[in-house]
Amino acid sequence: MNFGPIFLFLIAAGGVVFVALFLNRMLAPRKPNPEKLSTYECGEEAVGSPWIRFNTRFYVIALIFLVFDVEVLFLFPWAVNLKSLGMFAWIEMAVFIIILSVGLAYVWAKRDLEWIKPDSDEIQAALRQSSQTITDK
Amino acid sequence: MIDILIQAIFWLFVVLTVGSAIVVVFSKRIIYSAFALLFTLIGVAGLYVFLAADFLAASQMLIYVGGILTLIIFGVFLTAKIYGMTIPDQAHQRYLALLPVAGFAAVLIHVLFSADWNLLQSTAEPTTENLGKLLLTTYLVPFEVASVLLLAALIGAMRISRPREEDDDR
Repeated sequence: MNFGPIFLFLIAAGGVVFVALFLNRMLAPRKPNPEKLSTYECGEEAVGSPWIRFNTRFYVIALIFLVFDVEVLFLFPWAVNLKSLGMFAWIEMAVFIIILSVGLAYVWAKRDLEWIKPDSDEIQAALRQSSQTITDK
Repeated sequence: MIDILIQAIFWLFVVLTVGSAIVVVFSKRIIYSAFALLFTLIGVAGLYVFLAADFLAASQMLIYVGGILTLIIFGVFLTAKIYGMTIPDQAHQRYLALLPVAGFAAVLIHVLFSADWNLLQSTAEPTTENLGKLLLTTYLVPFEVASVLLLAALIGAMRISRPREEDDDR
């Protein structure tokens, strides 16, 4: 088993990040002012705290993702054997995927994939609360 | 030379796993714990590679690092009033906790000394291909049943995650 290239890749990737940040730190002049130090939010002025509650739909989508993540895991041992086992293995995996597609059809038909827009009152309340926390500090 | 490099990488993963696990336990902010858990799980995947369990390492990366941890981090993000929340640091039931901890440690130490670790060196070949062959021939039924299990898990999770007032018409 040859994991050497993967480890080399990991080390190289970490090294590139380290060198890039380190060189940047060495070369760039540092003259901070409040404007530069403020959070960059696509040119918009950042309001309130980032610690607001996320839409719960994220969690549901992540749950659906997890099931199909496990499906992908089963594709690995299947893919390396596809050539030697041929059509038989292909049909087996087709059955496997069709059974799981029922799940995808189910969540689609039951509208679990639809995004519920967050209640605007709730956002206003969260913003008020977080700006309150900042002024309290 | 290459042996020293392999040893160095092994210890790198040991330090990564244990170090970030310590951060998970002792961090005062739950979000830092969640992100430190990311590095613990990656470290464990690296250790699986050293145990010649390549498929297990891949599944650890894919399922735990890519899936379960996303769920945990979303779980933290979805918590109400997370701002400024700190974990209370006084310990409860210290002596009672000693019992299960000692029991688990005994099991781990027993495995550490009874397992034949040298066996792994001689049989270090890719496991994924053999695993796939067995899964598609001898263990075909469990393999297809696994998809039904996943389907049941998906439908069950969706059913539970729906708002309660919509229960009647679904």
